[in-house]
Amino acid sequence: MKYRATMGAARPRLRRRPSVLPGFGITLGVTLTWLALIVLIPLAGLFLQTATLSFAEFWAIVTSRRALNAFKLSFGLSLVAAVINLVFGGLVAWALVRYQFPGRRLLDAIVDIPFALPTAVAGIALTTLFAENGWLGSVLALAGIKVAFTPLGILVALVFIGLPFVVRTVQPVLLDLDAELEEVAATLGASRWQTFTRVILPLVVPALLTGFALAFARAVGEYGSVIFIAGNLPNVSEIAPLLIMIRLEEFKYADATAIAVVMLIASFLILLAINRLQRWSELRTGRL
Amino acid sequence: MALANTILQRRNARAGPHEDGDEVRREPAAVRFLIVALAVAFLVVFLVLPLITVFQQAFMHGLWPYLAALVEPDAVAAIRLTLVVAAISVSLNLLFGLVAAWAIAKFDFPGKSVLITLIDLPFSVSPVIAGLVFVLLFGAQGYFGAFLQAHDIQILFALPGLVLATVFVTFPFVARELIPLMQEQGTQDEEAAISLGASGLQTFFRVTLPNVKWALLYGVLLCNARAMGEFGAVSVVSGHIRGETNTMPLHIEILYNEYQFTAAFAVASLLALLALVTLIAKVLLERRAAAE
Repeated sequence: MKYRATMGAARPRLRRRPSVLPGFGITLGVTLTWLALIVLIPLAGLFLQTATLSFAEFWAIVTSRRALNAFKLSFGLSLVAAVINLVFGGLVAWALVRYQFPGRRLLDAIVDIPFALPTAVAGIALTTLFAENGWLGSVLALAGIKVAFTPLGILVALVFIGLPFVVRTVQPVLLDLDAELEEVAATLGASRWQTFTRVILPLVVPALLTGFALAFARAVGEYGSVIFIAGNLPNVSEIAPLLIMIRLEEFKYADATAIAVVMLIASFLILLAINRLQRWSELRTGRL
Repeated sequence: MALANTILQRRNARAGPHEDGDEVRREPAAVRFLIVALAVAFLVVFLVLPLITVFQQAFMHGLWPYLAALVEPDAVAAIRLTLVVAAISVSLNLLFGLVAAWAIAKFDFPGKSVLITLIDLPFSVSPVIAGLVFVLLFGAQGYFGAFLQAHDIQILFALPGLVLATVFVTFPFVARELIPLMQEQGTQDEEAAISLGASGLQTFFRVTLPNVKWALLYGVLLCNARAMGEFGAVSVVSGHIRGETNTMPLHIEILYNEYQFTAAFAVASLLALLALVTLIAKVLLERRAAAE
């Protein structure tokens, strides 16, 4: 099955298939023009701007202590947040698909909140909630844990914005899972745990990883929900997008651009990985 | 995420959670309880409590301070600007989404998957970078800076800059909802209409559009929610002129940094309400689409 699918995907379509429908030329033309004007040319401008720097200058900016610390913080915490979302997002998806419990449909709808709630609103709400006098912050303070205005606060914000990505990529795969596979496993004497780890999990892993990568990509560039809760101390709790913002406000355009280019290249690589993962997921579950 | 996926899921899945009663597919009760408890606790801490916090903080000192924060002139100006920016940006992306979906979903051509990836690109670009690229183009030291100054055209720190940044950030929303659904629907309906003598535009408005209306509406709603709530990109290009170039999220930031928490959360509650309306609309649209 896998072989056939690969063959189908690899078959090149060299020419446009003839169609009786009108409007191909004009709609494609408008699409490409608009895409170029709004997205491609502005992004190309960013790369052109870095070309005015010598490589030594560029390197000095992106490896300065403050920039390196910002990168470490942004990428490191985004990774941790994506791992937390991988585990809990998978758990939430499983509970929503497999179990019946009061409030299930409401919670299912609420999973999309981070997509719809403006980041600035999420930022001030999370800060208030996790501040030392907030509902959760005061409880955590008893245990000596400080969340707001520390890197831990950044992590909370990044988990918040990444959550729906994992849940919404895993949910459809779990829904489509063939019941017979599990029944066969049980009939052949597998325990429930064996069925889960050897039959279900392998089918869901590509979707889990896709959701993980999407959550990671979103977290790396996140700005609005983070800056309120972060504390924003240089080298300690200053994320890379904020450093770009600060350099811009100081009119240090070259610095802002150099840091932005590094982040942009990272996003491209993640996007590439996501495309690969999605294809893998489709192949494995046969949802083509 | 996409409505099209959800519709397909609903059709494929027998009836929501599997309740066929076959015991071999269920975990022991204790395990089930533990998983549900963990999932619910996680969602309550990360999603429900922040949402409640917004309204609790907004109404902490009663209704009057809440209303006063909303009718204050700078707040009114911010609300008006947000509505204008969203109206222009959503219309532009709606048009683009329809045009792009027609070209991509109804025709086969080389490089299609690359094109789809490029349309998705703004999803993975940091909002701050989305703002930065327009500063580099139109700022005083930017590529077109001198030209704009010579002709007295204001793009940055004015409405055009806010719209550009918002259009960039919300670029994929409508197209992303339409393309998978229109691909799934194929071209037979349109081909039938054309062969019966309908013009291209007639076919589009009488055949294609009715077929995708719910997905289109959902795409517009999501696009609008994001457009009204955009913060990072808009923050870079706005210039933060109070009462003039501050949108609602920027107004919230200023109020919050001035420790006017009640006022900040009052304005925030409007955006939270918009988010809730968007989610409710999504659930209703899914039901509508599944019923058809």
